[in-house]
Amino acid sequence: SQSSEKHLGQFYTLPSAHFRPLFPHGLPYRYQQQVKTFNEACFMVRPPALEVISYLKKADYSKPALRYLFYGVKGSGKTMSLCHAVHFCYTQGWVVLHIPDAHLWVKNCKELLPSSYNSARFDQPLQATTWLRNFRTTNEHLLSQIKTKRRYVWTKRESTDEGRPLGELVNQGISRVKSSSDVVGALMKDLRLQSSQPGADFRLVVAVDGVNALWGRSTIKKENKSVDLEELTLIHNLKKLMKNDWTGGAIITTLSQTGSLYTPKSAYLPQELLGETGFDSMDPFIPVSVPNYSEKEFESAYLYYLDRKWLQHPQSRTEDGKKELSFLSSKNPSMLDRICGFL
Amino acid sequence: MAASCVRTVGSFLGKCGNCSSSLNTVTSQLSRQVLSRQICVSTALKKNLAAGGPEKFTVEFIQKQVEEFDIGKRHLANMMGEDPENFTQEDIDRSIAYLFPSGLFEKKARPLMKHPEEIFPKQRAVQWGADGRPFHFLFYTGKQSYYSLMHKLYSKILNIEKHQDRMRAKGLFSQDTKEISLDTSRWLTKEELEVLLVETISSNNYDRFIQLMERLLSMPYCNMEEEFVLHYRRPLEARSKKQMVPVPERDDKGVAFSTSDGRRKTSNSSVVLRDCGSGRITVNGQEYLHYFPVLQDREQLMFPLQFMGLLGRFDLQCTVSGGGRSSQAGALRLAISRALLSFLSEGEQETMRQAGLLTPDPRVRERKKPGQEGARRKFTWKKR
Repeated sequence: SQSSEKHLGQFYTLPSAHFRPLFPHGLPYRYQQQVKTFNEACFMVRPPALEVISYLKKADYSKPALRYLFYGVKGSGKTMSLCHAVHFCYTQGWVVLHIPDAHLWVKNCKELLPSSYNSARFDQPLQATTWLRNFRTTNEHLLSQIKTKRRYVWTKRESTDEGRPLGELVNQGISRVKSSSDVVGALMKDLRLQSSQPGADFRLVVAVDGVNALWGRSTIKKENKSVDLEELTLIHNLKKLMKNDWTGGAIITTLSQTGSLYTPKSAYLPQELLGETGFDSMDPFIPVSVPNYSEKEFESAYLYYLDRKWLQHPQSRTEDGKKELSFLSSKNPSMLDRICGFL
Repeated sequence: MAASCVRTVGSFLGKCGNCSSSLNTVTSQLSRQVLSRQICVSTALKKNLAAGGPEKFTVEFIQKQVEEFDIGKRHLANMMGEDPENFTQEDIDRSIAYLFPSGLFEKKARPLMKHPEEIFPKQRAVQWGADGRPFHFLFYTGKQSYYSLMHKLYSKILNIEKHQDRMRAKGLFSQDTKEISLDTSRWLTKEELEVLLVETISSNNYDRFIQLMERLLSMPYCNMEEEFVLHYRRPLEARSKKQMVPVPERDDKGVAFSTSDGRRKTSNSSVVLRDCGSGRITVNGQEYLHYFPVLQDREQLMFPLQFMGLLGRFDLQCTVSGGGRSSQAGALRLAISRALLSFLSEGEQETMRQAGLLTPDPRVRERKKPGQEGARRKFTWKKR
């Protein structure tokens, strides 16, 4: 895609063929509504995303995977930057492992089963199946090409042999709900091993939104006892993925305060949100700060809304109106979106 | 108070002079516990104390009060460790406020110690002598002090005219003598004149008095009677102050900034408005978007700047405490408008004032009254 410094502040449209498979999940809700309204998905080219993309282009993939962390105040565009980077990887033909929001896996769990693989841990079948479905939509074309490296035994009667396409593994997980979390774990392990091998023909990008959930606390209760994060299979496997002991790919993450539990509203720095353990395990990583809009970006967003005829109020078209909008939203992208919503 | 009632009753009765029977009732009332119980007092003898008019104080009584006040003043000065000779009224007020601290809101209800002249209303002493002949020659007009004043005024007018004739005879008559400055004072009102003369006058009388004064002032040589005239005028209060505009200072980088405060309900805020060029706002050290997540509060802050069209020019550094979300926003808005005054011209300040940006909002929480559930809400009314 034409992402280079010349295009800073300008919008580029995602072709709709890409949009459907890539983002069944992972975009902010308001943005999804906007896409539906405007009938097109437009990303603004902003410095943080550009930075990460340039690193991705230049990185050496025989070394351990690099970890990128987007951080910033609420509503400054972290998830959008993540999606931008993910789209870039998709166009390059990588396998995308996109977890829309890690916070969803640590709270509001309706079903919790003891794991079949490891009796100390708990499974979350619902979340695992939804995620597997979305994963399948995203990586449809690649799943048939990659083969499993090991043999997985699910129950006495079912097993997946070596050398079967990954697609089968995924389908197995979707159809057999009980073992879906284990399928997820197996998938992650497999992909990790395979991309590390020098002869692999694909690269893996792991995109996690709200990575601070992995080291926070959870509100899931099992018989009135709060479940520790280590006891959840999904979280456990994901943490294993986060370690940079594999090669041939990249890990892009964002922090998120909005969904996080037991963190103060004003926290947005990595240190505050990740906590000590999180910071130590993520260390070393490349922090990328996502600030609010600059003057130029704000103008570009404003012109975009004008162009799409989103701003109907006559005063919003004047210079004064623009200044008002900039003041009221203090150039925060989500605030601007909300204010323009009722203009 | 009861004691003074008895005293006034006694003095009132003493003045009348011939009610021995009523004296009896008084003494019998006082010694009711000692002597036989009197169930009811005969209505013919019972005096309607309220019909006597306001309390009358005798001259001796007032004198005694004055002596007591002086002694008390010396005692007070001793107590406070100050010089009894030079103890002024302000010192008295200060000491009383210190010795008897009062939390009452009504200033007139607080303890006070003032000269008896100021406390007791002026009353007329007895106007006739022992033989029944009145002292003043105008007693039988009914308003003796008023008519004597009018006579005095007229005699002064005649004096001035005589003076004028003498000057004309000498050839030194000139029109442009020093005028009495009348701009900063006003005539006494009718009520004030009544208080001065210690008698009631009708509005007709008052008009005549003013007319005569004006006639005196219209004559060229009226400055001879300046002191007399000024005695009957009161100084006008100072006009309402013009808005104090905060002075813009320059800080080390040469950026002009101004500071001002604002208040609303229970919040206090202070704003430093810098003329930088960016539109950044910091509230209590935090981001302004973070402190006021509600759009309404941010609109309140934006209003002064937007009204004058100076949105992107200033940098705000605000501190606010107390109150709730909305009152903090209102306090900040007032502070911003005041700080903005120093950067605006006269006409723009006037527009701001008319827009109501500079008026502090007087609405505060109304007190809850006893017998009601809230400030206005009454308890549920039950028919039975």
